[in-house]
Amino acid sequence: MRIASRSGHLLLILAALAVASMPWWASAYHMQLGSVALVSAMFALSLQLLIGGAGLVSLGHAGFFGVGAYAVYLLPSGLSILLTLPAAALLAALAALPIGALSLRTRGFFFLMVTLAFGQMLFFLFHDTPLGGGKDGVFITRPAFELFGMVFEVPRRQRPQVLLWFNLGLLVAMYAALVALMRTSFGHALQGIRANEERMRALGYDTTRLKLAAFVLAGGLAGVAGHMWAMIEAFVNPELLSWHRSAEALLMVLLGGIGTLHGPLIGAAAYVGIGEVATLLTERQRLVEGLVFLLVVLLLPKGLAGLGLRRPAAPKRAEVPAE
Amino acid sequence: MSGAALRCEGLTRHFGGLTAVGDVHLSLGVGELHAVIGPNGAGKSTLVNLLSGTLRPSAGRVMLEGADVTGWPAWRLAQAGIGRSFQRTNVLRDMSVFENVRLAAQARDFGMARWLRAAQREPAPIAAAHVALSRVGLRAEGIAGTLSHGELRLLEIAMALATRPRVLLLDEPLAGMGPEEGEHVAALLKELSRDHAVLLIEHDMDFVFAVADTLTVMVDGRVLEQGTPAQIRASAAVREAYLGHDV
Repeated sequence: MRIASRSGHLLLILAALAVASMPWWASAYHMQLGSVALVSAMFALSLQLLIGGAGLVSLGHAGFFGVGAYAVYLLPSGLSILLTLPAAALLAALAALPIGALSLRTRGFFFLMVTLAFGQMLFFLFHDTPLGGGKDGVFITRPAFELFGMVFEVPRRQRPQVLLWFNLGLLVAMYAALVALMRTSFGHALQGIRANEERMRALGYDTTRLKLAAFVLAGGLAGVAGHMWAMIEAFVNPELLSWHRSAEALLMVLLGGIGTLHGPLIGAAAYVGIGEVATLLTERQRLVEGLVFLLVVLLLPKGLAGLGLRRPAAPKRAEVPAE
Repeated sequence: MSGAALRCEGLTRHFGGLTAVGDVHLSLGVGELHAVIGPNGAGKSTLVNLLSGTLRPSAGRVMLEGADVTGWPAWRLAQAGIGRSFQRTNVLRDMSVFENVRLAAQARDFGMARWLRAAQREPAPIAAAHVALSRVGLRAEGIAGTLSHGELRLLEIAMALATRPRVLLLDEPLAGMGPEEGEHVAALLKELSRDHAVLLIEHDMDFVFAVADTLTVMVDGRVLEQGTPAQIRASAAVREAYLGHDV
């Protein structure tokens, strides 16, 4: 997995500062949109751990995103976010454990199809049973911003900016943790598996166990993203688990570039930005989005992050205001 | 023969109706260089795949240091001390030469307690990688995919070596090498066989007779003859079936 260069990280920091300063120059609507982009980036980042980290392309990743979101509904209301966030991650990771154990018996295209099937099973679990409050979705009470016994009452007007900062902090932490993870022996072993799994097995690596660990961790991180999504919207519905959303995350990873950790951040920002601009231009926003993705995939096989290889600085800056 | 590092009894593998390897008995100890020869399709590579766990045997037993390891998966056999190289060069091409060997060394005793240590600061795999590279005479610099063919063959051996195995299974380490490189590898194998049990598959007869302590001749998946180079040379059956008249 390629990690951004020093100047690349400088740009990322500038982008983070730009997002952090949004309360002074952006509307509540755009701050909400910024939160959506940040949460999408977390979700895409968790998927990149599978795709760029271990070479596993999953189409069921939204299942864990949705489980994380529904955790907020399933847990008693009024809890601190310090409890609900780890609980959401844990629930999503628990869901990922058996699904990963079974899916990882297959490879490549079959892995894609099996994860798609499991993702849809999770979707129908919430769509067709009373477990998740029905197929139309339910409103939820946001967990309290209660840190170490102190309750921070967030007035309605300040909520967008508090959520924006909180999501930004989480995304930065997640990114830093994954950069550190890829530098560990585990991270190096995952990269070896992505490059040549058969050889890694012959060297003595229990590749199935390593891939399962990555799958469970990625599921837990997707759960964190899902939890924060529920925090933004105060509403969950089964669509959060559907394969469309998995495909969306896959598009963000593709858009940003496979095999880099900053790619999903750029991809998510671009995805949300393009969607927003397209809505302003036309009612047929999907058409515009589709054309842009087609162009990116055709012209930039390494994604937007690959642009920096030839012309440093240009792409990332351009993406930031779109948030 | 209880002191053998690696032993197999009645090892058999069927592919559908075809018996690729049938009833093979083998035994080799540390300090021994054993070569398996035979015409194409004799089942030599299948034998290596069975011994390394890449394939599961249909029948028979594999014993490693006296313990029954039949049917173990490849990664577990590698952990237990069987290192192998591949007939077709099989390395991590996009990674550096050093990272290839370092990853191989890191595989040794890679329990979960070690997963989260910083890879660049783990001294043991780094040291083991340097030892393995210097032993085969390969420089650590460069990307694996840019190496010459001969260097890639050496990298294969270095990777197998870095896992610190007791048994080395080398599938045609000489394939595609020039004569000078061949001499280098011959010396290397001789040297490696002092502290490893080495099983070698090779086509080059001159090379095999020069380096091997013992030989197994396979034809159609079965053992035709086993013995020292002198015994094999003298064997009428081998002469007839395989070596032809020019030996």
